[in-house]
Amino acid sequence: MDNPDQARIVRHMSETQDILIVGGGLNGPVLALALAQAGHKVAVIDALPVQTRSEDGFDGRGYALALASQRLLAAIGVWNRVADHAQPMLEIKVTDGHAGAGPSPFFLHFDHAEIEEGPMGYMVEDRHLRPALLAAMAETDAITVINERRVVAQETDHNGASVTLDDGTELTGALLVGCDGRTSGTAGRAGIKRAGWDYGQTALVCAIEHDLPHNGIAHQFFMPPGPLAILPLTGNRSSIVWSERTEMAHRINALPEEDYLQVLRPRFGDFLGDIRLRGGRFTYPLNLTIANSFVAERVALVGDAAHGMHPIAGQGLNAGLRDIGALAQVLTEARRRGEDIGFPPVLERYQQWRRFDTATMAVATDAFNKLFSNDNPALRMARDVGMGLVGSVPGLRRAFMREAAGLSGDLPLLLQGRQI
Amino acid sequence: MQVYQSTVDPAEIAKFEAMAAEWWDPAGKFKPLHMLNPCRLDYITGQIAAEFDRDLTDSTPFAGLRLLDIGCGGGLLSEPMARLGADVVGADAAEGNIPVAQVHAEQAGLSIDYRHTTAEALADAGEQFDVVLNMEVVEHVADPLSYLTATQRLLRPGGLQICSTLNRNPKSYAMAIFGAEVVMRWLPRGTHEWSKFITPGELFDLLRQAGLDPVDRKGFVFNPLLWSWSVSASDLSVNYVTASVKPG
Repeated sequence: MDNPDQARIVRHMSETQDILIVGGGLNGPVLALALAQAGHKVAVIDALPVQTRSEDGFDGRGYALALASQRLLAAIGVWNRVADHAQPMLEIKVTDGHAGAGPSPFFLHFDHAEIEEGPMGYMVEDRHLRPALLAAMAETDAITVINERRVVAQETDHNGASVTLDDGTELTGALLVGCDGRTSGTAGRAGIKRAGWDYGQTALVCAIEHDLPHNGIAHQFFMPPGPLAILPLTGNRSSIVWSERTEMAHRINALPEEDYLQVLRPRFGDFLGDIRLRGGRFTYPLNLTIANSFVAERVALVGDAAHGMHPIAGQGLNAGLRDIGALAQVLTEARRRGEDIGFPPVLERYQQWRRFDTATMAVATDAFNKLFSNDNPALRMARDVGMGLVGSVPGLRRAFMREAAGLSGDLPLLLQGRQI
Repeated sequence: MQVYQSTVDPAEIAKFEAMAAEWWDPAGKFKPLHMLNPCRLDYITGQIAAEFDRDLTDSTPFAGLRLLDIGCGGGLLSEPMARLGADVVGADAAEGNIPVAQVHAEQAGLSIDYRHTTAEALADAGEQFDVVLNMEVVEHVADPLSYLTATQRLLRPGGLQICSTLNRNPKSYAMAIFGAEVVMRWLPRGTHEWSKFITPGELFDLLRQAGLDPVDRKGFVFNPLLWSWSVSASDLSVNYVTASVKPG
């Protein structure tokens, strides 16, 4: 072959990997980096072209990373690539708002000084996180990235897994990991069924620029149509996530920019001064889906493929990173004691670690949303009293904060910022 | 299935494959061994790494080490050791286990030298190893001292032997015989003969008499709440494991 690049690609494609990861979004690359660092050889199969993943313009999307998630990214060498563009969330204020009537006098105030571990978390924009992951993968010899290829077939038996791509390439490995989202083809082909329900709500996402500084404070307002979050980005910018009934959300999203802002402004008042839109606008239908099993023969599911959550508390990506921390640790410990990493008892350890935690979180966020997306006066009073209680008892408040920062439960090593 | 040695009767292969599947079914007949295995492997890998100064984060940390697995069965320990890079000989006195273990290793893409033989025969043939795994065997032999002497002769000077067995006390009777064989039916009745169980003190004495220096002992403890095994520094009351080094 005349083209050395071509030769290299062909050789990679005929190789057997330890682990095949389907999905090149956020979870797939993070898992690949965590596994490669621990000595595994991995392939990441991404349906999209690499350019789509690395476009640099600000499109308004951002992620509220819990402190534990930031530690994981630091432990796998990604955080130093995005740290300069990350906005620390120093405080979180939760208010029971009521459109047109202003916030209620009861609110919760979480200050990072109370957990003594650093900020509550960080806001990182999509345009910074994705290129950082791509660059880190490109520098890692143990990771082979295959773009613009779809998996058309997968086969597993008690010895291993293989996938066939749409160009006929066959890849084999000891384990296949589905990081391919709520409609996971990996789960479907493995015969894993899902349970879930639709909220009839849609999240509207945009970014704004405002005249006054946000001082690193994140706000969450609970309103009858659904919650609204204002999450601080670097400079005088914030990411806005709000939800409305689906039909209303689509009508709002179709409005011209100034009319869209007219709808948005009264929802959180004028404490940031005048606001302007920056970047694009997005809508995400809210539904909850949980796979009946997180594992099958030679298959494991991670992130939304295992559990698509209501993004009310920004727990979607954070929960995915917890899956990654647990799976990478289980597989690495198995490998270091000589076990076959795809052996059913190994995968069962991952499932036991994550499934209970996830089901708890999904049910809790669902209940939380139902409690707050309601204008029943009795419920409203109950939650105001509840918030007053949580806010006035320091121990209880700290427990909530540690949960929000992702510091509670049986934490995988990577989420403690430690190497496996 | 033409990959197998021509000495194996092709008609037998299907039977061996079925038996291998049984050995390696984590929910089947050998479930108790599969449950104990991660804990045994943690101890074994840790001791080998310490003795031979190996880094378990390397991809094949045991490369260059020749290892014997006595009573290899279906290869539950031999395969992990081969995966970590050791040059493994698996020996079993039960002839039927050998082709079963061979079939499974080939399916897993591992090269392991399985042999129908005994520790004594290997020692008489002058075979030498860096590591001898002697797991849950000594409680089944007629003459423990002569058996342990044979395992000592199999070691090169400076070599390491890992030996696990069952303690002899009322609790081990209740757990290993009444619990595992009668109540849970994890093991066939009659698997164990309690009078052959050996206390840690007795085993250390036997190992010394056989010419080895015992350097470590730990317990394997079953937690019924977590339904899993762990290594304990203090509780050697039922299952326990020892590490010994051959002077030189």
